[in-house]
Amino acid sequence: MSKWLEVAPLEDIPVLGSRVVDTPDTRIAVFRGKNDQIYAIKDACPHKQGPLSQGIMHGDSVTCPLHNWKISLSSGEALGPDEGCTNVFQTKVDSGLVYIQL
Amino acid sequence: MKLSMKEKLVLIGNGMAGIRVIEELLKLKPDLYDITVFGNEPYGNYNRIMLSPVLAGEKTIDDIMLNTEQWYADNGIKLNKDSRVEQIDRIKCEVVARDGQRAAYDRLLIATGSLPFILPLPGVDKPGVISFRDIADVDSMLVAAKTFKNALVIGGGLLGLEAANGLMKQGMTVSVVHLPDTLMERQLDRPAAKMLQSSLEERGLNFLMKHSTAEILGEDRVSGVRFNDGSEIVADLVVMAVGIKPNIELAQTSGLHCERGIVVNDTLQTFDPKIYAVGECVQHRGVAYGLVAPLFEQAKVCANHLANYGIARYEGTVTSTKLKVTGIELFSAGDFIGDENSEEIVFQDVANGTYKKLILEGNCVKGAVLYGNTVDGSWYFQLIKDGTDVSAYRDTLLFGQAHLGDSGHNPETRVANLPNDAEICGCNGVCKGDIVNAISEKKLFTLEEVRAHTKASSSCGSCTGLVESLLAYTVGGEYSATPKTRPLCTCTDATHDDVRKGILQYQLKTMPAVRDSFEWRSEDGCAACRNSLNYYLLCAWPTQYADDAQSRFINERAHGNIQKDGTYSVVPRMFGGMCTPDQLRTIANVADKYKVPEMKVTGGQRIDMFGIAKEQLPAMWKDLTDGGFVSGHAYGKAMRTVKTCAGDTWCRFGTQNSTRLGVKLEQLTWGSWMPHKFKLAVSGCPRNCAEATIKDIGIVCVDSGYELHVGGNGGIKVRVTDLLCKVETEEQVLEYTGAYCQLYREDAHYLERTAPWVERVGLAKIKAAIEDETQRKALLERFLISQKAAQIDPWTERAHGAEANEFTPITVSA
Repeated sequence: MSKWLEVAPLEDIPVLGSRVVDTPDTRIAVFRGKNDQIYAIKDACPHKQGPLSQGIMHGDSVTCPLHNWKISLSSGEALGPDEGCTNVFQTKVDSGLVYIQL
Repeated sequence: MKLSMKEKLVLIGNGMAGIRVIEELLKLKPDLYDITVFGNEPYGNYNRIMLSPVLAGEKTIDDIMLNTEQWYADNGIKLNKDSRVEQIDRIKCEVVARDGQRAAYDRLLIATGSLPFILPLPGVDKPGVISFRDIADVDSMLVAAKTFKNALVIGGGLLGLEAANGLMKQGMTVSVVHLPDTLMERQLDRPAAKMLQSSLEERGLNFLMKHSTAEILGEDRVSGVRFNDGSEIVADLVVMAVGIKPNIELAQTSGLHCERGIVVNDTLQTFDPKIYAVGECVQHRGVAYGLVAPLFEQAKVCANHLANYGIARYEGTVTSTKLKVTGIELFSAGDFIGDENSEEIVFQDVANGTYKKLILEGNCVKGAVLYGNTVDGSWYFQLIKDGTDVSAYRDTLLFGQAHLGDSGHNPETRVANLPNDAEICGCNGVCKGDIVNAISEKKLFTLEEVRAHTKASSSCGSCTGLVESLLAYTVGGEYSATPKTRPLCTCTDATHDDVRKGILQYQLKTMPAVRDSFEWRSEDGCAACRNSLNYYLLCAWPTQYADDAQSRFINERAHGNIQKDGTYSVVPRMFGGMCTPDQLRTIANVADKYKVPEMKVTGGQRIDMFGIAKEQLPAMWKDLTDGGFVSGHAYGKAMRTVKTCAGDTWCRFGTQNSTRLGVKLEQLTWGSWMPHKFKLAVSGCPRNCAEATIKDIGIVCVDSGYELHVGGNGGIKVRVTDLLCKVETEEQVLEYTGAYCQLYREDAHYLERTAPWVERVGLAKIKAAIEDETQRKALLERFLISQKAAQIDPWTERAHGAEANEFTPITVSA
């Protein structure tokens, strides 16, 4: 079950941006915050499966590019009046490398 | 006991009027008073006007409760239910209840309502004779209906008929005794009253008109009634519904000045300045009201004064009546009888059960009676209250508001008439009912809240006016209209204009500098302001500011349009819509090579390839740019296309070379980032085949030169261009166009198309700037400087490795 997978060097992920990570099961969006916080979230908005990786990140949330839902990157919950939730994954940075736990 | 420094407000009467005042007061000044409420009944506050449906079995007591006991607790209000106040000690400023409780007050509010009027008949105190006023009365009627058979209602007014209908629904045989010869004579004229009587008779009610009751008969319990003419009728239950009178006993014994009711002024203050009174117990300007609408208006004014604002005045209410008997539509308002100065318009169709009468005086509606079809009741009522001059549509007035078409009345009443399943927001499929429910259930008061909760008006915005009308209609006066100057986003109070000015004035050159300077509330901004700031900085400092890809919407970051399935579309630029066989072959080859699932010729005269995976984009762009193409910017808030017609090269009507001019214009302007998308067109003659007069800039060629039209839009709201000016040469067209583009880039708000921009700032200001040679040349110069950086083709750069991370997914294996 839960094992740590190496994703990429931290500097390969843009600040306030994301990279798409393909795993055998699913596509994950890995975001990097202003202070190098790393978030990993399933790359599908709970609304209409929009690719969250392509949205604009701010604070610890991302705005979906399709219909502007705001999703919390730490909980996966839709913020504001919208309702819905998507999966999030544990992350860590070790020696400049980003890992996610599946 | 905890001592409080707050002033004490005591309310006598736990009914609709008094509690409404408290609700209004809590909205204004929630912490001003310690509030104590005394009520005779053992309940919270309930909707008295809905007692009739409860009696008829259509609603339950729970349905009509307005404020539960929890509500009082939540708001820190002390409720003494089942506690009758016996005395007001105006010297000590305290009230004394029958159970001995005392409560001191700084301000006192009397809302004791009204009492049923009981005829002073022999035998009136026998068991089985009741009134119809509160939950206890309804309970005794319901009990009686189970045991007894014959009910008699004395009084053929609104309340009496509702009681009679309810008792009949509970299975009793009901007769109604009425002294005048028509029913509801205070609300209805004779024809409407006759129609009402016959339809109630059809339902099974018996009427004894022009009958005057002399005596209630019976031993232990009522057994019948004897009339003045000596005739008798059997009855096991007698409901007295001959009217109500203001309940002023307490006020009178306390020495407050009363006439028919407690006399109050326009601020609902009694003759004792510490004591206010509202509702059915008061007499204002000689009138005591017995309906609910005036009492709500009074409550608003009274709360305003209790909250120490002191600015509201109550000036009386025009009232309207609806009979709450299911299946019978009846409405009356204002003066429906008229006099020698007034005129009547009447429509009567007895067979069909429809009757409408309007009383007009001096081109204004004074009163209305509707029977059978009352949909227009609220409209007529509005006309009466507003004193609207109806002379323009007097001939169709009786046919109602729908007959009026779209002009002549406000959109608020129009949306009020829409059915609940009428679609308001076409983009998000939101119906009227959804919006109204959200507004009332979630207590929404602003357009932004409605957008957030329902998504209505959150996409294209063309239904914004309708949604605002719905808000105004649903929440009434509490609706907060959208302010005219809006902050840029929720992160800041600064407006678009503030920010644009500040960037230049304080030489702000980075996003954090702007956010610090304008005291942003969020560290990184949000998806709305980041785009705007990035554009404003890019426009202000074209050679210095480093574009921030992470602050661009994905389309502009990936240089393609994201589609609903997450793939992208690719549109190569075709200058002026012109093309060669080689260019078409290149596109065809690319489409084959990358297995493009669908292609389309766009409205902007170029070719769109759909369904491209993001990771394929750079390779595809490589092949396209090798073939001489550049990005079409079909995805950006940027210059999109220049549409052209055939022009004088081929067309027998052409006056100028529109295609050549189109190509030159596109070469001048391509790549330019704009506040919103920006489209051009050149038509070779006034027949305007390139549809230039709905573009951001449209050039219409004429024999003597070129007309420049601006501010058109073919989108959400079609807007035809305004003529900016006329010039003589192609060079001038280019110069003026460049200057106009730059003016729009520097002046408009981000995401504001030229059409609303022109309307906001006015054509005169734009004309003045463009026609002034110095300003025009300076604008053009700044445009050309910014174009130097903008015309580095983003596709070519990315085809050769720029921003590779953006397009390359990371693959991990478990």
